[in-house]
Amino acid sequence: MIMDLEKKFAHIKGWGVDADPKNEPTYPMKKYTGDDHQRLNWERPEEQPVTVEILHSNERPGLPAVFGTSTPPSGLSGNIRRFAFKYSESSYGHWLPLLLADRVNVVEGIIDDLRKGHVPNIFAEKGYKAAWTHNRAGVIKKVAITALATTALILLWKSGKAKKR
Amino acid sequence: MLAMNYRGPFRVRAEQKPAPEILHPEDAIVRVLRSCICGSDLHLYHGLVPDTRVGTTFGHEFIGIVEDIGPGVKNLKVGDKVLVPFNIACGKCAFCKQELFGNCHESNPEATAVGGIYGYSHTAGGFDGGQAEYVRVPYADVGPVIIPEDMDPDDAVLLTDVVPTGYQAAEMGGIKKGDTVVVFGAGPVGIMAAKCAWLFGAGRVIVIDHIEYRLDFVRKYAQCEAYNFRSMEDPVVFLKKTTDWFGADVCIDAVGGDAAGNAMQTITGRKLMLQAGSATALHWAINSVKKGGIVSIVGVYGPTDNLIPIGNVVNKGITIRANQASVKRLLPRLIEHIRSGYIDPKAIISHRVPLEEVADAYHIFSAKLDNCIKPILIPPSARQ
Repeated sequence: MIMDLEKKFAHIKGWGVDADPKNEPTYPMKKYTGDDHQRLNWERPEEQPVTVEILHSNERPGLPAVFGTSTPPSGLSGNIRRFAFKYSESSYGHWLPLLLADRVNVVEGIIDDLRKGHVPNIFAEKGYKAAWTHNRAGVIKKVAITALATTALILLWKSGKAKKR
Repeated sequence: MLAMNYRGPFRVRAEQKPAPEILHPEDAIVRVLRSCICGSDLHLYHGLVPDTRVGTTFGHEFIGIVEDIGPGVKNLKVGDKVLVPFNIACGKCAFCKQELFGNCHESNPEATAVGGIYGYSHTAGGFDGGQAEYVRVPYADVGPVIIPEDMDPDDAVLLTDVVPTGYQAAEMGGIKKGDTVVVFGAGPVGIMAAKCAWLFGAGRVIVIDHIEYRLDFVRKYAQCEAYNFRSMEDPVVFLKKTTDWFGADVCIDAVGGDAAGNAMQTITGRKLMLQAGSATALHWAINSVKKGGIVSIVGVYGPTDNLIPIGNVVNKGITIRANQASVKRLLPRLIEHIRSGYIDPKAIISHRVPLEEVADAYHIFSAKLDNCIKPILIPPSARQ
């Protein structure tokens, strides 16, 4: 049977080279060493100095030995993130405020750009040059739908105003 | 230095930012030669991953040249050409000692469920990524591997994530000789999972997606069957029927939270974000696998909840295996497979884009334009 398979798949380079009959499928998940029972008591790497504010999960006692220092929390979004980290990773109280903070952060990003005298080119940032090159019909359709929807909204608003009068 | 800069969902740009510095004795600074945009970067780009802060640089698939090292680095020297696994791993914690390099406990303050990952939000540690000219690489003695002289740099960059993730997807499937393996998703990882399923002795490999050009590609590249779920009434019934009404032996979810194919999942998962992405592929995987079968998950989901038929997992006695790929563990084997010609990673690269045009590259990959399979970004300093 196996010989038949080898013959059948002879055209596929490398067929079966990793098919170890003793393959213990849980191996990829864990090569058990017993270290788990020592809990967090391994010999820790040297700890990175804390130079910016780092928020950490309340499911761990402190910071890991290394961490990223990119974009520390700031502004309103930073306050929302600090609030989120009062809750565990198991709680919506953690993740939903973080998503909210991300959206607030987008507005903060635009304000920050303008403050620095940079008007963000939203079209370029959204890759519209590529869209125009590779999907012109799609861009035209999108623009037409947006224009149509905007016009409809304006007309609706105007007619509502006229009725009130 | 020039770096990709995230400005919000569907908005990125390339701009100057300060070059990274050594912040820890075991750090290295690497000058990037190539970096990829990963399918999972699109989850960030689409705003699906919480704590993705404006101003961060994405990119967890990159290779480069060591420019500087901290005083604690022993195995690397300035000038070494290295490939850097996407997992940031200390090598000392209980998880690293068990070769679970994707689960390191000394690299991510913000979440305990995942180890540190370059350029993958603060939920994965807040590290800037490799879609830049330079990148800080912590624990430089543990993760980075010197690229063998005979290896094409395009192959090397794909060994940082795509190839190991696809391989581990097949490995976690516990494939036995002759098994029928179904891979959901014909993106780069799904393509690689289909290719690697044969190495474990699969007897039949089926890929399910809805993008025709990707189905065409995977049919040729992975020598497998590939079907468009839009052309069938119900992919689960189709898969049952094509496996003699038995179900597949192994199903692999290589899609994650950006899955299409089910309006309710798309609206609640991708549009309203009421769940951690759309779980359509996982739903199909659970329902298409045989009783007692194995579902292997490498698709990326957000950290909250998903709607999946957990009752069927119990009733069918399904084993679910999932993890971030343990890249460092797999590299020696995969380097040999490339040398032997069993895997040809660079063949999946479809686009080479200057880093300056990163916004266009993201849009092309996200909107699946121009038959895009895998885009790589080349920083200006690597083009001189």
